[in-house]
Amino acid sequence: MSNKDYYGGGQQQYYPPQGPPPGQGGYYPQQPQQAYGQQPYGQPYGQPYQPQPPPQTVYVLPAGALKNVAALPGARSTTLNAARSLPRVRFASTSSTSSGAFESFANSRATLASATLLTVGSVAWYANLYGTLPFIGEVHANSPAEEGLHPAHYPWSHSGWFDSFDHASIRRGYQVYREVCAACHSLDRIAWRNLVGVSHTVDEVKAMAEEVEYEDGPSDQGEMFQRPGKLSDYMPPPYPNEEAARASNQGALPPDLSLIVKARHGGADYIFSLLTGYRDPPAGFEIREGMNYNPYFPGNAISMARVLFDGLVEYDDGTPATTSQMAKDVVTFLHWAAEPEHDERKKAGLKAVILFSTLTAISLYIKRFKWSVVKTRKIQYNPPVSKH
Amino acid sequence: MSLANTFYNTLVRRNSVFVPTIFAGAFAFSIGFDLGITKFWDSWNKGKQWQDIRSKYVEQD
Ligand code: HEC
Repeated sequence: MSNKDYYGGGQQQYYPPQGPPPGQGGYYPQQPQQAYGQQPYGQPYGQPYQPQPPPQTVYVLPAGALKNVAALPGARSTTLNAARSLPRVRFASTSSTSSGAFESFANSRATLASATLLTVGSVAWYANLYGTLPFIGEVHANSPAEEGLHPAHYPWSHSGWFDSFDHASIRRGYQVYREVCAACHSLDRIAWRNLVGVSHTVDEVKAMAEEVEYEDGPSDQGEMFQRPGKLSDYMPPPYPNEEAARASNQGALPPDLSLIVKARHGGADYIFSLLTGYRDPPAGFEIREGMNYNPYFPGNAISMARVLFDGLVEYDDGTPATTSQMAKDVVTFLHWAAEPEHDERKKAGLKAVILFSTLTAISLYIKRFKWSVVKTRKIQYNPPVSKH
Repeated sequence: MSLANTFYNTLVRRNSVFVPTIFAGAFAFSIGFDLGITKFWDSWNKGKQWQDIRSKYVEQD
């Protein structure tokens, strides 16, 4: 025995021993090379984008760690019980034993069949009473004649997505309205100025407005007076009031035409069909004196007689004034009157569709771009290296 | 230097440059976009709009 044995073989030893021997990590796993805080968080500017970032190491407690602690002698039976009841515990929040009866009822074929039957039956019952479904009969209070014939769809020059009104047609249509329809129908919501830059020049409209006398006032003397029309005046009505209009038309009121295209089912197609659809009533159709047969008008008897006949007006651009040409022009004019914003609306709509679909595409791309880091991340488990 | 870096360094780096760039860009884009759409619209609707038939009636006066 030498002194070495007592004094630790020349190595300095202290009691108690401090820390792990040099070169060993002890019980704590080595810190991974990549850890939060060593690198700036996120991507540095200017670096090319990497779709697959290197996997980040995440440490997870071994699944058996806690069980081993519990599995001391004497505690064995409890551990086994816990292991057996684990699946139950796992789903404790989503199922319960008391729901068994309800579940078997809800999942049974009889329930499925009766619910299906109830749904189909109630839809069929409803459709039979009120609506239309294929292969199911319906009940109507009106005959098709009472609803009026459905108008055909006509290829209007403005019906496409990008199509503006045909302004030459609006101009001719105004002429038809002025020379024919204005005798009975008002056009309250259109002022002279609205025609400027749409169908007529300023000077033309001023001249047309001046031909009409408007009542104005009161003057300095407190009296109303007549003056020639101005651009800001509205279209003159044919009758001073509704009673006068009815009195002149056998009790029927000629409706204001400003919004008539919007106010009727079928819109422009309906009015075109109405104006060109007059014919002799079919045999057996009783029609009152002063009424006219028109299959497109609901009820088929209208108090407005046929007003458009070939050659009724003379167009200044030389277009032949056939009945259908005049009807087409006046309906285009009335469509403009109902929707003066039509051209601008379609143009703005085109811009909006382009812009918003581009913005949608960009935002979808950005979402994918930002999420790609999260979606391609790999989570990896490195089991701790055993030291024993 | 790549194009993206030039773009970043000249326009994006300073807020005092970045914000006016966005404003000017929006202004220029809206005018250009409007001109493009109007050109398409006018050629699609050639002969139907008031500007196409106006000359017939202005000369009369
Ligand atoms: C002689 C007077 C008179 C003239 C001219 C006249 N209408 Fe009528 N219009 C009437 C009367 C009256 C009614 C109401 C009919 C009814 O309710 O039975 C009417 C109704 C209408 C209706 C509504 C139909 C509906 O579905 O309720 C439209 C649309 C119409 N007229 C368009 C025109 C157009 C367009 C012109 C010019 C081409 C014109 N009318 C010329 C007297 C006239």
